[in-house]
Amino acid sequence: MLIYTLRKINLFIFTFVGLSLLSFSLIHIVPGDPVYLLTGLENLSEEQYQTLSHQLYLDRPFILQYFHYLGNIFNGEWGYSLTSGESVWVEIKQTFPATLELVFYALVVAMLVGLPIGSLAALKKESITDHTVMTLSLLGISIPVFWWGLLMIMILALTLGWLPMSGRLSLLYDIEPVTNLILIDILLSNQDYKEAAFQNALAHLVMPTLVLATVPTTQVIRTTRATMLTLLKKNFIKAAQARGIGRWNVLRRHALPNSLLPVSRQLGLQISTLMTGAMVTENIFSWPGIGKWLVASLYQRDYPAIQGGLLAVSTFIILATVINDLLHTASDPIARKTYNAAS
Amino acid sequence: MPIRRRQSFRVRLRLAVLGSITLVTLTLAWMLKDYGDNVRPHQGLVYCSEASPETFNPQLGNSSTTVDATTHQIYDRLVDVDAEGNVRPGLAYKWQISRDKKSYKFSLRQGVNFHHTDFFRPSRTMTSEDVVFSFSRILDQNHPYHSIGGGQYPYFQGVGLGNLIRSVVAVDPFTVQFDLLRPDASFLTTLATDFAVILSAEYGDWLERRRQKPLIDTKPIGTGPFHFVSYRKDSYIKYRRHPAYWGPPAKLERLVFDITPPPSARLGKLLTGECDVIALPSASEMALLRKNENVRLSIQTGLNVGYLAFNTQHPPLDNVKVRRAIAHAINRDRIMAAVYFGTATLANSVLPPVSWAFNDSLPFVDYDPETSKALLAEAGLAEGFEFELWAPPIQRVYNPSPLKMAQLIKDDLAKVGIKTQIVTYDWQTFRRNLQAGKHDATLLGWMADTADPDNFFRPVLSCQALSHGTNRAQWCDFEFDRLLNDALSSSDRSVRKHYYEDVQEIISKQLPVFPLAHALRFQAHRSNIKGMGLNPYGGIRFSEAERE
Repeated sequence: MLIYTLRKINLFIFTFVGLSLLSFSLIHIVPGDPVYLLTGLENLSEEQYQTLSHQLYLDRPFILQYFHYLGNIFNGEWGYSLTSGESVWVEIKQTFPATLELVFYALVVAMLVGLPIGSLAALKKESITDHTVMTLSLLGISIPVFWWGLLMIMILALTLGWLPMSGRLSLLYDIEPVTNLILIDILLSNQDYKEAAFQNALAHLVMPTLVLATVPTTQVIRTTRATMLTLLKKNFIKAAQARGIGRWNVLRRHALPNSLLPVSRQLGLQISTLMTGAMVTENIFSWPGIGKWLVASLYQRDYPAIQGGLLAVSTFIILATVINDLLHTASDPIARKTYNAAS
Repeated sequence: MPIRRRQSFRVRLRLAVLGSITLVTLTLAWMLKDYGDNVRPHQGLVYCSEASPETFNPQLGNSSTTVDATTHQIYDRLVDVDAEGNVRPGLAYKWQISRDKKSYKFSLRQGVNFHHTDFFRPSRTMTSEDVVFSFSRILDQNHPYHSIGGGQYPYFQGVGLGNLIRSVVAVDPFTVQFDLLRPDASFLTTLATDFAVILSAEYGDWLERRRQKPLIDTKPIGTGPFHFVSYRKDSYIKYRRHPAYWGPPAKLERLVFDITPPPSARLGKLLTGECDVIALPSASEMALLRKNENVRLSIQTGLNVGYLAFNTQHPPLDNVKVRRAIAHAINRDRIMAAVYFGTATLANSVLPPVSWAFNDSLPFVDYDPETSKALLAEAGLAEGFEFELWAPPIQRVYNPSPLKMAQLIKDDLAKVGIKTQIVTYDWQTFRRNLQAGKHDATLLGWMADTADPDNFFRPVLSCQALSHGTNRAQWCDFEFDRLLNDALSSSDRSVRKHYYEDVQEIISKQLPVFPLAHALRFQAHRSNIKGMGLNPYGGIRFSEAERE
């Protein structure tokens, strides 16, 4: 297991080097002068240009420039956004938690809804319930997120007026950002309208979470159903049933825990899809996360922000995948055995 | 062991399914309970605006976005204008004009407090020093703050304030004297415009000592009914009530600008109640808004004009016959229907008909492709020609959809053999290139800052405006400028009207700009919001707004 962990960490480091190289070379690949791309300053005098280019290490060989860039990244100096003038690192710290929050709730919904429904469909195989579930999940997987989000806005916000259509919290509430996770920040705050703010934040969460959860939920349903069906035919289930244990207990104690592993693995593999989905969702619902921020930066050609944002998102995805792999291997004896045998 | 009655599998499954459905429903119901208007904390209002302000100091800007976000919220002016266009006291409670009309003496209110915020604590109330500071910044090139924020004061340079004011002097702590180089009947209304705000000299000194001068325009301190709290570009601006305001205090505790550029998103948020008031509802959405009982629509004749400005220095547009030919070839009725959806009136002069100086005897330019072709032939361009038509990327009160309008014009002009290429950039670049005069012709417009007719001509078409880059026609006519100046030398309306009629005649003959339409002004707000009077001149104000 130790060797496996080291191998995974090694893989992570190499991928990170690759990503940082890509992000570093961005300003050299895209058309335009690097000094202008990084500072947004035009019509500089020769002298100013030289000074800036020296400060930015742009007059050094590429390899030195790269190490300078890497050093800056580890020091939290990710440059300054051209449009807001804020530090890119600070902006990422503000927006990324909002995305993570959304992704996390979507995952929770996917598990809470997907597992029971998937099991139900497996238990009632080939019944009307099963067919309905499978049809709906097919629909859920094929619906374009964008259209689905707009449809929800149209029905739940505009026609029925039940839910707000954009943002994270009504701007009239002043909540001090501590963790940048809105629900936690509200609980940490000491405003007298805490309960109302919490409610308001939840109302803002409903639609984006449901939209983002649609695809992973259907994935969970399908994976759960498939694993359950295989499991229910296994000998240890039959043995349990033969010993007179009720169907409910067989399901709860033996089938469900064993089906969790493939499901969690499936979800882990979905993390990059989930992040892309989050970016689309954020743009539909004006959710102030990193996706919306990144798209705005792209529109405004804000290269320092694009550079930082891409690096942050891709590093997060790789990191999450590696951690998921490690956790999965640690908790699944069969997988561990395979790796140990191979190494 | 006691025998437990085991529930059957079927019953348990049903219980589980039912239980989870109830749980979800209850949670959702709790979330939605009272969601909407009831959960708003205290007395707050959300205004959905169309863009981020360029600055928080209206002296530096001339876009209505900046004015809406700042002027009537965080600042006050020496004098104000009421809905009829009469000058009313502001920070100055009275003023005296010398017999030669070249000296204005203002008596200031005492006990006017500047904002007390987390970033600045004023130690004194407003005095004449602050007034001198605010105007010196604009007029005196050696003033420590003159070049902060770019050193451009578009409105004041456009009206030529530098060539009008000889000096601004603090006579005593509560008296300020303006000496002019020549009499100017529009001087008081110039001081009442949205741009002539009073800044804090104490804040200026404090920032200068701390070497943070640029903050004066980004973390503003003023005397207005609200004070600045925080701002995030393209996201929001937060204001709070100024508790020590000299006038009647604002009724709202909080005021938030939710920056929402897409018009459809603003409309949506108005319908769901996320916005209480929205900026620039689209003309195409009027029907929808009128039907909704939760929404009120205020309509007012606008003191604005949308026009097509020709760059009179680019041939062949330097030829008045060519300009006239283009004007005759444009089907304005179609534009009225397709762009304004009947929310505007056809323009016949740069000045709207509601102005007292409107000239109603001007010849009307009708839609007539035959005349147009004949004029082109006279100019030696029977074969037609090609030019670039610039269309701004954003909507404005006077032009709800410039790109669509450009398309329609392109279509019309093609019928008389003129080829048009539509050009657009992002707003900042667009303005920069316009100022440099790179365009052949552009769709643009003007919104009055004051009720004075001078405000429609001088910033748009005078030679001064040409050198300050606000004259989009790149046109300069000395006769025209002389008439404008003569019109200001008298304070008798009937004499002035006579001059302005001549001014309008020159424009009608020379056609440096072709007036297209005067748009009605709209404002949409939730019906539980009261006190949102529409101000005919420029910026929106929230000091009297309240929630019921």
